[in-house]
Amino acid sequence: MTNTQTVSPARPLTRPVAAPRPSRRDRGTRLLATLFLAPTVVGIVVFTVVPIVGSVVLSLFHWNVIDSPSFAGTANYREVFTDSTVRVSFLNTLVFMVFAVAAQLLIALSLALTLNGRMPTWLRSVFRSAFFFPLVLSAASISVVMKYLFNQDFGVVNWLIGLVGISPVPWLTSEHAALATVIIVYVWQQFGFSFLLFIGGLNNIPKEVHEAASLDGATGLRKHLHVTLPLLSPTLLVATVVGVINALQVFEQPYVLTNGGPGDSTRTVVMVIYETAFEQLRFGEASAVGVLLFVLIMAVTALQFRLSRRFVHYQ
Amino acid sequence: MSRVSPLSQASLSLSRARYSLGPWARIVALAVCALLTLGPVIWTVSTSLRTPAQSFDLPPKIIPTHPTTEAYRGVFDQIDVWLLALNSTLVTALIAVGQMVTAGLAGYAFARLEFRFKKPLFGLVLATMMVPLQVTIVPVFLVLKSMGLTDTLLGLIVPAFPTAFGTFLMRQYFLGMPKDLGEAAMLDGAGPWRIFRSVYAPLAAPGLAIVGVLAFNYHWNEFFRPLILETSGQNYTLPLGLVSLQGNLGTGSISVVLAGVVLSMLPAVAVFVVGQRPLREGITSAGVNR
Repeated sequence: MTNTQTVSPARPLTRPVAAPRPSRRDRGTRLLATLFLAPTVVGIVVFTVVPIVGSVVLSLFHWNVIDSPSFAGTANYREVFTDSTVRVSFLNTLVFMVFAVAAQLLIALSLALTLNGRMPTWLRSVFRSAFFFPLVLSAASISVVMKYLFNQDFGVVNWLIGLVGISPVPWLTSEHAALATVIIVYVWQQFGFSFLLFIGGLNNIPKEVHEAASLDGATGLRKHLHVTLPLLSPTLLVATVVGVINALQVFEQPYVLTNGGPGDSTRTVVMVIYETAFEQLRFGEASAVGVLLFVLIMAVTALQFRLSRRFVHYQ
Repeated sequence: MSRVSPLSQASLSLSRARYSLGPWARIVALAVCALLTLGPVIWTVSTSLRTPAQSFDLPPKIIPTHPTTEAYRGVFDQIDVWLLALNSTLVTALIAVGQMVTAGLAGYAFARLEFRFKKPLFGLVLATMMVPLQVTIVPVFLVLKSMGLTDTLLGLIVPAFPTAFGTFLMRQYFLGMPKDLGEAAMLDGAGPWRIFRSVYAPLAAPGLAIVGVLAFNYHWNEFFRPLILETSGQNYTLPLGLVSLQGNLGTGSISVVLAGVVLSMLPAVAVFVVGQRPLREGITSAGVNR
C-alpha cells in the first residue's frame, strides 16, 4: 500500500485541532467500533478460539458422540504415539512436506527468474497466467483428472514415457511410487503460488542493482546467486513458511488419488484426523492428533524463523 | 505489437556471446513448461468432448476428430448438476459477500477508529490466521452440531464469514488512505458513521474486490469442510459431487466425469480471466492462500 503521503512536515500543524473532541463523538466512535467488530470477533471466538481450546480439552477425553465423554488423561496421546498408522502418517506428511516444498520452490524460482529476463510484455503475461492457472482449480477435481492421467494401464503419463521406451509405472498402486505421485500432483497445482510470490519479490528489486551487477561483470547464474537471491531472501522465507504450513495440511490429493493407500503409504496426518473423527467417531483421539499437528506446525514455523536470521537479508 | 526491441537489445548488450542464444532458449523453455502446466487441463477439455467409448484412445487426440457433447448429456443424467451448481453458487456467493462485509467493517475499525482493547483484539485476529482449519475441525463440527447446522448449507456458510486474513488486508487498505479526508469531514461536522459511509467506504472497492475474489476462489473449490459437514446428497457442492461421481463410475466413462470437471471449472476460469489482478494481488499481498 502507498504510504508516501503519510508524513509531511506540514501535517503536525493540523493534528492538535482534531485531538480534543466532545465525548459524545467518542461514544459514537466506540459504538460504531463495537458494531463493526462484532461479526468478526464473535465469529473468530466461536469458530476458532473456542475450537482451539476445545481441541485440547477433547484430546483428554474418550468420546464417540453417542455415549457421554469420559476423562482419559493422557491416554489418547499415549495411544496415538504407539499407533503405527498415526506414526506412519506423520512420517509420510514430513517426507511429503520436504519434497513438495523443495520442488515447489525450485520450480517456481527457476520459472520466475527465467521469466524475469528480456521478452515481450504480452508473452510474459501469457506465461505468468499459464503458471498460476492451476491454482484457481479445485484440488479435489484436479485429483480426479490426475487419477486418470496416472492410471497404470490407460493413463496418458505412461503412454508418454512409453514413447521414450520406459515401461509403465504403477504410479498410484505401488507403495514406492504412490507418495511421489501425490507430491507431483500437489506440486503441479501449488508451484504457481510460490511463483507469484517470487514474481512480486523480483519486481521489488531495484533495476539499478541488476545494472550495477552487470557492469561489475556478474552474469547469469553468478549474478543470481550473489545478487538476486540475497535480495529475494525475505520472499523466499515467506514462500517457504507458507509452503510448509500448507504442505503439512495436505488432504485432497491423497484422499482422492489413493485414499491413503496402498497400505498406509500415502496416508497423511489430516487424513488420519478425518478418518479417526468422522469414520470411526473417536473424537478424543482425533483431537489429540490435531493438537500434535498444530504443535508440529508451530514448531516447524518457529524453527524456520529462527534459522532465517542467518540467511535472510533485509534491505 | 510494434515491440521488436527486447530481443535485439539483448544481442546488443555487453555480454553478446552469452546472450545471443539466451532469449530464444528461455522462451522455448518457458513454453515447454507452460505446456506441461496446462497439459492436464487441455486433455480434460478435449477428452470431455469425446464419446465415453473413445475416451481411452491413445495417443490422446488433442483436437477430437468427432467432437460430441454426449459426455455432457451423460453427466446431467448421472448427477443433478443443476443442484450441485446451485449449492456451490449459494455457498460461494454468500461467503464472498459476507467476508467483504465483515472484513470491510472490522478492517475499518482497526484502521480508523479508536477504542479500548484495540491492540489485543487485533493481535487475536492476527493469531487466528496461524490456526489451520484442519486442526479445529472436530470442535467446529461439534459446535455446528449443537446449533443444528450440520448437513445444512448454512453450516458451511456462517463459520466462513469471519476472515482474519481479509480483516488484516482491509485494515492495511484503509490505513493506506489519506487521513486528512476524514479529518476534513469531521471539521465539517460529520459523525463517525458519516465519515465511514461517505468518505472511506466508497474508496474501499478495490480492496473489497481482493477479499471477494479470494473468497470465491477458495470456497468454490473447497472440499474438506463440505466432505465433513454435508452428508446427504442434496447438500453436496460441485467438488463433492464430482469425487463421488468418479467413485460411482470408476474408470467406466472418463469423459462423463471430465465433462463434470469442465463444467465445475467454468466459473473459476471466468473469475481467473476477469479478476486476475485482484486475485494475484490477494495471493501475493500476505502470502496466504487459504
